[in-house]
Amino acid sequence: MIQVRGLNKSFGPHTALAGVDLAIDPGEFVALMGPNGAGKTTLLRILATIARPTSGSVRIAGLEPAKRGEDVRRLIGFLSHKTLLYEDLTAEQNLRFYAKMYDIADGPTRTSHLLERVGLSSRRGDLVGTFSRGMQQRLSLARALIHRPQLLLMDEPYTGLDPNATQFLTDLLADLAGDGCTVLLTTHDLERGLASGQRVVILVRGRIVHDVQRGEVDHAAFPDLYRTLAS
Amino acid sequence: MAYVRKVWAIVVKDVAAELRTREMTSAMLVFSVLAMLIFSFALNLRGAVAQVAAPGVLWVTVVFAGTLGLNRSFTREQVTGGFDGLLLAPVDRSAIFFGKALGNLAFMGIVEIVLLPLCSVLFDVPLLRPGVLLVMVLGTVGYAAVGTLLAAIAVNTRAREVMLPVLLLPLAVPALIAAVQATSGLVAGATLSDVRPLLRLLIVYDLLIVAVSMLTFGYLVEE
Repeated sequence: MIQVRGLNKSFGPHTALAGVDLAIDPGEFVALMGPNGAGKTTLLRILATIARPTSGSVRIAGLEPAKRGEDVRRLIGFLSHKTLLYEDLTAEQNLRFYAKMYDIADGPTRTSHLLERVGLSSRRGDLVGTFSRGMQQRLSLARALIHRPQLLLMDEPYTGLDPNATQFLTDLLADLAGDGCTVLLTTHDLERGLASGQRVVILVRGRIVHDVQRGEVDHAAFPDLYRTLAS
Repeated sequence: MAYVRKVWAIVVKDVAAELRTREMTSAMLVFSVLAMLIFSFALNLRGAVAQVAAPGVLWVTVVFAGTLGLNRSFTREQVTGGFDGLLLAPVDRSAIFFGKALGNLAFMGIVEIVLLPLCSVLFDVPLLRPGVLLVMVLGTVGYAAVGTLLAAIAVNTRAREVMLPVLLLPLAVPALIAAVQATSGLVAGATLSDVRPLLRLLIVYDLLIVAVSMLTFGYLVEE
């Protein structure tokens, strides 16, 4: 699903990604970990076609985002710690707007279904600005799923969520993974990364320094390994 | 058709959000009415001198009020990352430009609907004429287009409120001069034929700005 080779990204003199190679198969659930400033968000933004790489190649489902950006974007759902929602619109207006942007033929039906799925159908007519952080993140997840994406990119999706919202997101992600959706999730939380990902990748200073299947991870030794790699 | 539907969806989204808060239009309207009143009382002009000054006062007010709205238009997108949401949509990024530009054009149009009669009364000049309305439309289209392009760039800078006018006003000068001169001529009794070179300049400016914006918007808004 994702093939990244020799990916570099610089912002002026600052190098955010330095020769990243990464391949993710369809249906895989990968947890991307790393300290602040490691380049996780930059990598996800390049994969989501919001940012351009300085050099290197990216292919999503065999397509080059630089040449087939619209086709690539149709495959991707993106969830970040920002909600990408409009606080001055209602939950329903937000989802219907995105349904139109993604050419969803059954926009109103799909909107109702997703509001039901994320437990917000009773708040469909309320302004997003009045929602709690957890509710906004649930609605943001509905936004990311509106077009039934094959690839879900999630940048620190658990940030600021209370235990209930965290459990809800975990359960929904498990459902999506079960449905064959490819998931790439960034997190600072080692336990959560190990619990959710079938594969764990550690990015430090723009380079992948560790890439291992969850079954091969020594859970007891992992925190020390992570600290050593990240230092 | 899908392209047009998405452009329209962005316009409707912006109008719906604005109808809810009225933040942008109220700021633009209050500023422009106050500015017009201050100009009127400070200059205290009548007769032929007022005819010369009024088009300049009108356009300067429209330009400054427009800058307020343009800044707000993209700040609203930026607060919760909505602009990233637009960039993620499977559509040519020029559609985002057109959607935002049409929304900004509509909000500037609302301000002009209030300003034109107010300026007519305060300066006692005949601005409510078809020719003047045509010049207003042509001038505003170019200003909204170049303003939308530059606001999308400025919103990612630290000093965005300052950066937008610094980038925008020099680029808007050709259209502004042509619009003021055409408006002055029409107020003084000239016909549309008399101001045709200025109208041509405005049309060429509009086409050029829209074409450049279409070609460069996607590149400029990606990191």
